[in-house]
Parts: sequence; C-alpha cells; structure tokens
Amino acid sequence: MNRNSVNLLIGGEAGQGLVTIGQILAKSLVRSGYSIVVTQSYHSRIRGGHNTYTIHAGADRVIAPLETIDILVALNEETMTLHRHEISPDGIIIADEAFGISDDVSLRVPFKELAKQGFLNIAALGVVGSIIGLTEESIAGTMDKFFGKMDQKTAEENRLALSNAFRWTTGRSVSFSKLPPVSDPPKRLIMNGNEAIALGALSAGLKFYSFYPMTPSTSIGIALAGWAERMGSIVEQAEDEIAAINMALGASFAGAPSMVSTSGGGFALMVEGVSLAAMTETPVVIVVAQRPAPATGLPTRTEQADLNFVLYAGHGEFPRAILAPGTVEECFHLTYRAFELAERYQGPIFILTDQFLADSYRAVAPFDVENLSPVSPGSDPASSSSPYQRYALTDNGISPRLLPGISMQLVVADSDEHTEDGHLTEDLTVRQRMVEKRLKKGKGIRAEAIPPQMEGDKRPDLLMVSWGSTKGAVLKAASQMRHTGKNVSTLHFSQIWPLVSEQFMDYLQGAREVVSLEGNATGQLAGLIRRESGFLIEKQILRYDGLPITPEYILRELTK
Amino acid sequence: MVTIADYGTYETAWCPGCGNFSILKAVKEALTASQLEPHQALFVSGIGQAAKAPHYLNANVFNGLHGRSLPVATGAKLANPRLTVIVESGDGCNYGEGGNHFLAAIRRNIDLTLLVHNNQVYGLTKGQSSPTSEEGFVTKAQPGGVASTPFNPVAVAVAMHAGFVARAFTGLPDHLSDLIQQAIAHRGFSLIDVLQPCISFNKVNTFAWYKKRCYQLPSDYNPADWGAAIKAADQWGEQIPLGVIYRNDRPPFEEHFPVLNQGPLVGRDVDRMMLKEIMEGYA
Ligand SMILES: Cc1ncc(C[n+]2csc(CCOP(=O)(O)OP(=O)(O)O)c2C)c(N)n1
Ligand SMILES: [Mg+2]
Repeated sequence: MNRNSVNLLIGGEAGQGLVTIGQILAKSLVRSGYSIVVTQSYHSRIRGGHNTYTIHAGADRVIAPLETIDILVALNEETMTLHRHEISPDGIIIADEAFGISDDVSLRVPFKELAKQGFLNIAALGVVGSIIGLTEESIAGTMDKFFGKMDQKTAEENRLALSNAFRWTTGRSVSFSKLPPVSDPPKRLIMNGNEAIALGALSAGLKFYSFYPMTPSTSIGIALAGWAERMGSIVEQAEDEIAAINMALGASFAGAPSMVSTSGGGFALMVEGVSLAAMTETPVVIVVAQRPAPATGLPTRTEQADLNFVLYAGHGEFPRAILAPGTVEECFHLTYRAFELAERYQGPIFILTDQFLADSYRAVAPFDVENLSPVSPGSDPASSSSPYQRYALTDNGISPRLLPGISMQLVVADSDEHTEDGHLTEDLTVRQRMVEKRLKKGKGIRAEAIPPQMEGDKRPDLLMVSWGSTKGAVLKAASQMRHTGKNVSTLHFSQIWPLVSEQFMDYLQGAREVVSLEGNATGQLAGLIRRESGFLIEKQILRYDGLPITPEYILRELTK
Repeated sequence: MVTIADYGTYETAWCPGCGNFSILKAVKEALTASQLEPHQALFVSGIGQAAKAPHYLNANVFNGLHGRSLPVATGAKLANPRLTVIVESGDGCNYGEGGNHFLAAIRRNIDLTLLVHNNQVYGLTKGQSSPTSEEGFVTKAQPGGVASTPFNPVAVAVAMHAGFVARAFTGLPDHLSDLIQQAIAHRGFSLIDVLQPCISFNKVNTFAWYKKRCYQLPSDYNPADWGAAIKAADQWGEQIPLGVIYRNDRPPFEEHFPVLNQGPLVGRDVDRMMLKEIMEGYA
C-alpha cells in the first residue's frame, strides 16, 4: 500500500529523551521536504509521567493533528498500554524486545545490542527514520546541527547508535510502506507557534519584552532572550506578571515597542495593567497562551477557554483587538499586525494562542523579514503643537504621541482621568470627552478587523464555525466530509474582536445547519456571535479534556 | 541655566500644612541645583496623595497605578537610560501594594531615585494603617490598634545592600534637597525615605514628634560601613537618624545590558539581516 502521510507517536517518560528524538525526526522530515504538524502532550513534571510527541507528516501539505497512529514508538511499556487501541490497521509498534510483547504488529528491537545506555532513544530514532524512508545521512546531519558542539565521545556514541539502528532495521522485512520521496524540496523552516510569535514581534520592531515564566507561554521569552543581544532588544524576567506588564508600559511610553506574554493565571495578575494601557494610551502587545483553567488547571495541556476573559479583562470601557492565530504562519503575521495596531491605536492588543499551537512544530515557508517595515513609535516632535498635549482631542480619537526625553516637549501620561495635557482632573465634562475620545479609536480598530475566512460553498448543508488553533482540524474534517459527498463549508475566525457581523452574517444565514467548534465547555465564540449578531448557533462541538480538537474528534461528534 | 521657575508652580490637592509641600519644593530645588532641564527628567508615580506630586511641576510624567510605579520606571529607564528617572509615591504605594517591586528594584540596582513620602498612613483613602504605621496605631479600620509590627524600609534596603539608602524629614527641607541631589547623582538605585507628617490622619507621628526625635548623622559617620549602617537603620523610637545611611558602588542594572552601550533603545533600527539570519537558523 502506498502512503502519502504518516502519523507517528513517540511515547515515554520525561527524561527518556523523547522530545529530543521527536525534534530531530521532525527537523529531518522538514528538511527532506515533508510537511508536518507536531502535537506535544506532557505532564507538568521534569521526570516521569506519560509524555507524547506526535508527528503527522506528509508528502503533501498536512494541516491537522491526527489521533490514529501509524507508528507507535514505545519508549516504555506504559505507552503500549495507553496507545495500543489507537493504532491503524496497517500500523506498527516499535518497542524494546525486553518488554516481552508477542503482538504481531510489533517490531521488537534489541535496543541494548544497538546502543549503550543513555543512547537508546537515538537507536529508536534510527529505527523509525529508516522505516519511514529517511536516510541515515539526513538524520545524522540534523542530529549534528541539533546537538551543536558536544564532546567527541558522545557524538560518536550517537552516530554509532544511529547507524546500528539503520543496519538492524534494513536487515528486517518490515511491512510498512515508506513515505514517497519529495524531489526538489522547497526551503522550509521548522518552527512552533511561540517561536513564530517571537520572530513576528522582532520583525515588527520589538525592543522590550518582560515576562514571568508560565507554561505554555515561556518559550516566547526563551526565544527572545536568546536573540536579544543580537537584535538590540531587552528581555527582562520580572518579579511577577504585574511588574511585567507595568515594565512593558514604561518601556513603551519611553518609545520601545513592547510585548508581554503569559497564560491565564498570569494574565489575571496583569489585568489592572491592561486598563492602565488603555487609560494612558500606551501601546502594548499582550500574548495570552491558554491552558485549561480555572486556577492552575492543567498546566501543560490545551484549551480555548480564555476568550471571554481576554475580551472583558480590565475595568472600565476601552477599545481593544484580539487576534487568534490558527497556524504557525498566522502566529508570525498576526503578531506583526498586533504591533501595528498597538502603535496606531495606542493601547492593548492581544494575541490569543494556546498550548497546542504554542508547542506545535510545523514546516513553514521563510517569512519576508527583509521587507516588513517595523513600526515607528511616536510621532514627529517638529510637527506637534506647543505646549504639547498628550491627549489632544482629535476626530478619530488618536492623539499625536510624543516620547519623553526626545524633544524639549514634556509628555504627561496619567492613569487618573486627565485633561488633554495629561494632568489629572475631576472636571466631569472633560471626563465625558475623554471617554468618547478613547472609544472613537475603537471605530478605527473595527474598520480594520480581519474578516473570518470562509471556505467552501456559500450555501452549504453544514457550516462549521471555529477560531484560533482549531483551524487545521476543522479544515481537514471538512475536506474529509466533502470527499464523502457532503456539502460542508468552514468559517474560521483569526480575529475574534472586534467582531463585525456584516462580515459573516450572510454565511451563517445561508447555511442549512451551523455548528461551532471550540476548545472550551461553554461555547464562548458562539456566545459572542449571538451577542453581536443575534444569530444563535444551536449545535456546538466542544472539547475541554485538555487535548486539541482533531479531525477524528469532529467527525465522531458530528455523527453522535 | 536652569532656574526654579522652569519647574513652574501649580495649584495642589493637598491639605494646607501638609509635608508634601516641603518635598515638592525640595525636589524642584534639587533639580535646579543639578541643572537638569524639565525634559530630561521623567517622574513616575503611583496613586495616593504623595503620588500626585509630579503633576505639580514641569517634567515628563507617567502617573500609573497604585503600587506599580517602580516597574514602569524600570521599563522606561531601560528603554531610554538618558532619562533621569525619579519615582515619587507614598509608603502605602511602595511598601504595601508595591512591596515586591521594592525588593526587586533594590536587587536590580536600576539607576533611579525612589522618593517615598512616608507619613505612616494611607492619606488619600482617609487614614487606614500603612505598612509603616506603628504597632497600636488606632484608625477607623484598625479600631483596636494596628496588630502588626511596622516595616522598616531603610533596614530592609541596607540589609539588601541597596546602592544608596537615605532618610530625611520634611522639617529639614535643605537637607532633603541635598539628599535628592546626591541620589540623582548616584549611579544605581537610590532610596530616600522621607518622614512626612500627615496633619489630617496621623495624630501620633506629628511634626513635633519627628522634630523631637530626628537627628542628622554626624560628619564622621561612614555610610560605606555596612555594619554601622545596619545599626543606624535599625534605630527608631527615641532617636531617628537622618542622612545617607548606606551607599556602595555596585554597578547599576543597565550595565548588564550590552545593547545599551549603543544608547537608548528608542528609535533604533531593526537589523533585518540579523533577523533573517536568526530565522534561517530554523531551516
Ligand atoms: C489597586 C488599588 N487598590 C487600592 C487603591 C486605593 N488607594 C489609593 S491611594 C491608597 C493608599 C495611599 O497611601 P500612600 O501610598 O501611603 O499615599 P498617601 O495618600 O498617604 O500619600 C489606596 C489604598 C487604589 N487606587 N488602587
Ligand atoms: Mg502614606
């Protein structure tokens, strides 16, 4: 049987090196021209626990995580027990012969003969690589790059384990058809959602980033910290999230494009700062990487339950935009856009992502970083009126923003209600004008809202409505249903606020049936659509067990 | 030539006779004596009666949230180290709501001056206890008297080897102005805890109460001597020492960022070739 794609799951305990081999395998696949979607599922601990690294790879573009496993790499026996039932009819299991499995789909590998203790994961890497059709050279090349400089001895053991594994596997007759080779693979990057957010931020001109570690947002900080010196930016680990957002506001006020990132709990601490950004009209990009809550929840799993929280966070009334990337490419482009919006409208702009997308490696075409112009903070002091008024009333609510210390003009920003010159006031007429001024900016933000993406027939039998990271799964499920003759369309939101009903009302009304799909328990987007447009989506497919929505999940739920 | 008139005069929202007036005057005098022009200074404050002070002079101002002035100031200073950053807020703001930031700012040793108007009470919210209120201090919120022991900011700062730690009293405005000048000149974190009577809500620690107890450290006192500083910092009650209690020359936080050697972050271009190189590391 020919296959165009493979879904392989590596399972084991933390500390067994499964992420290492997952990464090397994913990179080798991308370099050999395959498309991938990685799903990482792990326990909130450093050692032990059951962790998995799943790669869905294909010669054609793959867009979604899958549940059905073609190759199960069991680094421990528990992985066998937990995932045996997910294996496809022509799938195989790669496991240590020491596990004593008598299963006929198992490839029982004498790992102890192939590699020394400590290098068993590399042997497993060689076995899988060989089975799916990667070459030993390509994996060895990726491995060298991945490990970087290491001592001679370890490097040799790695190479030995790899080539023993390749030799052993080639000598077996394994009934698993390899992936077709991709000729002339285009140049691809392998990157996860968080790395793309970090890169997008830098391309937009990020100069200051502060954070307090919290899964699944932390890797944004790790990436930015690694590049800070080369990119002339500052990354500071703050004493808490309250400090993180206030530092970012201070830096932004002084002219450095700024960003913070966190997850729900940390964002809860930042909320007063969101309101401060709005009141002082200070640009800031806030990334919220969702994980299951309330409270500490499931720290390392995924969910889409903070839409309402981010939408309503902050006391008082003020405009905001919420962008929800659905792919790694969108993580990059929407972060860039968030900086533009923050600078133009001088306030808080959100990126709402989640653990699944944050940790999901994909093959992406290189971004055009050479031609994206970074935002330029502040306006020209030469063309400002004197004395300068930070909150001058204007038609669109946007006041020229000067930066302190750059000219002789004095810049006064205030969290109290203030006059045009920034000083605190209790003049109630001024108060009214200022509320209106701030809200006027919302009109501009609304006019720029990215419309949801409609795919398929405009008058379908079934319209699937989704947002954020579920994009790939929904598109995949829809295309599978179309193959079986169903008239299915999708309407996907990558910006969830402002929600402009004129952009999508016709689609909702034109469908025979509408179903919403969300990674939460209460259907938050559906609720928001109802509030904004009056349209009631009666059928909802929800998932809140901490795992990402998959095409299989959607199809199962639809047939219930 | 900068004159005190450059810093302007404004109507205030303070009670007549409040210690804040002396602090405001001392600040303006110190800025003038330091020959800083208004646009070179950034005042960051929180919320409280003290935190309104920056509105009453000409300078750049970021009047933020209650307790959160230090992080804002830290971000602004890192973005543009050329700004002279002065943080002005009350005891509630800095030692209560913003306590964690106080500790972090000392650890960082970021180059800014923290001027705490310490009236040992929450003034703006009408007289509840603050972290520096004395044990037994009776308020409407603490009718049985404050049950906790007071926070000693000076002792904490000295214990943490803060860069510059001083105490002043509004009854000695010239002394205060001199300390502010020294703090501005100091490269690193500077704390000036200013004892300030609150005529409306603190009937215990009155002007006379402070006047009787405050004394200036003798000229042979050596603020570089940490052991002596810890002793001086711990002194409270019948005798309260004023002056520079402790100082050292730890390098300021900004020096740990090589990127700042090329000047402020503000207005700096994005090195797109470098960005491309970083991106291609993902191939
Ligand atoms: C988050 C938050 N909590 C509470 C308040 C209310 N509040 C305003 S000022 C203040 C205390 C002020 O005391 P202090 O900082 O000592 O300043 P003072 O008025 O005494 O100068 C409080 C509790 C607030 N503005 N924000
Ligand atoms: Mg006070």
